[in-house]
Amino acid sequence: MAQPIRVLLAKVGLDGHDRGVRVVARTLRDAGMDVIYSGLHRTPEEVVSAAIQEDVDILGVSLLSGVQLTVFPKIFKLLGDKGVNDMIIVAGGVMPDDDVVALKAMGVHEVMLQDTPPDAIVSTLTRLVTERGQR
Amino acid sequence: MSRYVPSAELAGRVVNGEVYAIARLISRAEAGLTEARAALAGLYARAGRAHVIGITGVPGSGKSTLVSTLAARLRTGGSKVGIIAIDPSSPYSGGSILGDRIRMTDLVNDPGIYIRSMATRGAMGGMARATMDAVDILDAGGFDTIVIETVGVGQDEVEIARASDTTVVVSAPGLGDEIQAIKAGMLEIADVHVVSKCDRSDANRTLTDLKQMLTLGALTADRPDWQVPVLGISSYTGSGFDELIDALTRHRAVALHTESGRRRRVAIAGFRLAKTAENLLLERFARASSELTPDFAERLVRHEGDPYSLANELVAASFGKEDP
Repeated sequence: MAQPIRVLLAKVGLDGHDRGVRVVARTLRDAGMDVIYSGLHRTPEEVVSAAIQEDVDILGVSLLSGVQLTVFPKIFKLLGDKGVNDMIIVAGGVMPDDDVVALKAMGVHEVMLQDTPPDAIVSTLTRLVTERGQR
Repeated sequence: MSRYVPSAELAGRVVNGEVYAIARLISRAEAGLTEARAALAGLYARAGRAHVIGITGVPGSGKSTLVSTLAARLRTGGSKVGIIAIDPSSPYSGGSILGDRIRMTDLVNDPGIYIRSMATRGAMGGMARATMDAVDILDAGGFDTIVIETVGVGQDEVEIARASDTTVVVSAPGLGDEIQAIKAGMLEIADVHVVSKCDRSDANRTLTDLKQMLTLGALTADRPDWQVPVLGISSYTGSGFDELIDALTRHRAVALHTESGRRRRVAIAGFRLAKTAENLLLERFARASSELTPDFAERLVRHEGDPYSLANELVAASFGKEDP
């Protein structure tokens, strides 16, 4: 039997808007994934540590506060320090197009902005896990 | 991308307490990977030192919050704490929202604490199928205390008592009367009763109901070396946790050093063996019967036989195809 995809959805920093991430959590649950939600106001350290303990396939960070170019470098540094190189990192939320380019250059696998339909989120995540293969 | 790390290598790193290896091997145990079996067998040989505490109770009774405070208190005593928090999978999509961790955010920066969320994936009884494998992995990884938090259960999910050295049943105030308290099922399995939310005024009533329930059974109780305590706690104010830790420590001694404790370990081992064998048979049957079942279903619809005799025939035909 295929294993459900494991996802940690995280909110980092002072951003208090979690309606979107909850809709995504519900969408992924209904698509048969195991979803762990971090809750609000986490630090990059907490998120990375939880993602490693939970051995998630995907770490998704939702940001509506504009701090993506501060948060993601920290996340990649922490993952690198712990020797983790097989986790899929995605971003979601609202941000300028230039930042999307910068995040992808940094190693974020996919950035899904506010107009992404739920089905597209599911198919994107499923594709990323399939491409990664067994681990 | 990254290379596949063999499970045998992961097992070696588990023994050194490496979180990444522990986490990955638990995933492979959950997936039931054949490649991981030998590694898990090796770790089982090293396990058996940890105190396994099961925490169960109805949804919303405060299990996760209690586990969070309990783990923090155990840490101040120096022991490493592993937590396995189980939440339900959807019977429709198979997906889940694993939300216990959100009540344990205070613990996440402590390297002496490992928290793993697990989905039931169709397993009944409040546990997940790979829970015991995860316990062994954490045990071999040097965790002194392993806390299993079950799904929020109903009245008769009692499997946790067959998986833990010490079972704690959490009751919340305001959910029932003295008749609820003498029903069979979940309340019977407690080694320690905890009434949560004791900062609320109606908690005394629940404490009294549970204590009276225990006195009704005093003549027939099956725990010769142990008096089941009823403890009031409040995760909000922190009251009652010293008493809880004291009760857990005393019960640990009973579980490890008395004849009744030894008998319980044998019963737990027997249950685990039976359960594992059951799963092996089910898997084998599912594989062998998948092609035959539709024909048998057609015959049943046409009333060419009754459910019992056709099921018998299906079992015989399925296991006839391979060694049982």
